Amino acid sequence: MPDVSSTELMVIVAARELKDGESVLVGVGVPNLAANLAKRLHAPRLLMVYESGAVGSNPTRMPLSIGDPCLVSGAKSVCSMYEQFAYYLQGGRIDVGFLGGAQIDRYGNINSTVIGDYAKPKVRLPGSGGACDIASNVKRIIVITPHQKRRFVEKVDFLTSPGFVEGRERWKELKLQGGGPYAVITNLCTFKFDDRTGEMTVAALHEGVTMDQVRENTPWEVKVADDLQTTPPPTDEEVSALRALDPDGIYLR
Amino acid sequence: MEAGKLMSMKEAVAKHVRDGDTAYLSGFTHMIPFAAGHEIIRQRRKDLVLARATPDIIYDQMIAAGCARKIIFSYAGNPGVGSLRCFRRAHEKGVPAPLEIEEYTHFGLSGRLFAGATNMPFLPMRTNLGSDLPPMNPLMKTVVDPYTGDTTSVVPPLRPDVAVVHVQKADVNGNSHIWGIIGEQKDAAFAAKRVIFSAEEIVDESVIRSDPNRTLVPDFLVHAVVHEPWCSHPSYVQGYYDRDNEFYVEWDKITKEHEATLGYLEEWVFGVADRREYMEKLPAGTMERLKPTPALSVPVDYGSV
Repeated sequence: MPDVSSTELMVIVAARELKDGESVLVGVGVPNLAANLAKRLHAPRLLMVYESGAVGSNPTRMPLSIGDPCLVSGAKSVCSMYEQFAYYLQGGRIDVGFLGGAQIDRYGNINSTVIGDYAKPKVRLPGSGGACDIASNVKRIIVITPHQKRRFVEKVDFLTSPGFVEGRERWKELKLQGGGPYAVITNLCTFKFDDRTGEMTVAALHEGVTMDQVRENTPWEVKVADDLQTTPPPTDEEVSALRALDPDGIYLR
Repeated sequence: MEAGKLMSMKEAVAKHVRDGDTAYLSGFTHMIPFAAGHEIIRQRRKDLVLARATPDIIYDQMIAAGCARKIIFSYAGNPGVGSLRCFRRAHEKGVPAPLEIEEYTHFGLSGRLFAGATNMPFLPMRTNLGSDLPPMNPLMKTVVDPYTGDTTSVVPPLRPDVAVVHVQKADVNGNSHIWGIIGEQKDAAFAAKRVIFSAEEIVDESVIRSDPNRTLVPDFLVHAVVHEPWCSHPSYVQGYYDRDNEFYVEWDKITKEHEATLGYLEEWVFGVADRREYMEKLPAGTMERLKPTPALSVPVDYGSV
């Protein structure tokens, strides 16, 4: 197995979750790398959509932000912000959305708003942006996050973007049209979500990682899938294609 | 031409931006009207309610300068870099003054503008439910869908007192061509009571009329037209100049302390008379460095009958 950083590993594992022909709502940084990697390897017809309104982008450099001009030049379409959220997202036309945040709980609820009290914040974060809208409308939510105790919490300080809320039963009552959280990819493992309860469950451990390490870094009693897998190690092809996408190591370092 | 629409940024701000206004300086990363923001700071407007889905560095500067009492937003970050430190200092610590917040999702806030632009009573949307955002914002409500009986999230229209929009090309009356990421520019112009347009180039009306599909906002909605090349630096204008990313990274350092931030404003906002002086003050070679390679679209044939 090639020697890879934990970020490289997470990007490679995330890219494998994207299927050819799907539409994916991409953020800058690591999700952008995962989508571009999938497009260069097994998903050449992946449609990349950005919340800034760019559709079918073909970026010639690593975008500096989700509103980068390189997402426009050579794109299939560019629409307004309202149209992006109304026609594409609420229109049910996006298969996969990548989300990140400061905190995530066992039901995949994400906080990207505030640490501490909303009115008297310890740390004020940027806020939802499109995250809550994405969480409510895409068929599969994928989260890429370092596996740290300060990120995995019993209860998020603020629920910005709904996962399965208090479990699948409560989530069904909300009648969100999206499919809810699908995978959480960390430097230790891949979580999927239990079909019945909606709770995060370890589906695969990355090579060389033990369940003890996962438990040490997750504050609740972690559920494990009956058919626990080992993540297939990154291939040379995956690693070289990924490094070519970020030659200066802006995101992968 | 209607008399007096073409004016300097100084005149446009003096005439159309008032203390206490709800102001929407539009743009999603692209074509952020920095020149207008700087002029608002120079004219020391105060008690503004600053609205924009993505307040970025220019709102951070206006907050540090003490222009704002409240911010309406959905993502308050330095795009691609991190935090907006002045926004955080005001909201978390009340420096230089307390800052009230009113917060939405991107869909929620762009929907509010759309509802304002189209004069809807409110706008239903498939988001917000299950989130902690609605309990924190009394303007986010729910209604019962009269067709299905389902609980549905709604947002009210937003009608800013003044909108500022920067474009690539406009004629002297404000008919304008805009391309690239078009964000919420059209919705802001249609929603606002007073509308300031600035343009990289002032062109003849015949240029606009040669390609009317590219005109998002026609002149009768526009109250002031400003010829303001490089208006958006350090943001970018598609086809004209790239984002000056070094400044976005630098801003994160400048704003670590409020005093240093004021020092920046003193030098780069109060220390210059207008955008032209600001550009002249930038290091030699900045404009050349940011020039993109041309990538022309293929002209279309509208025909004539």
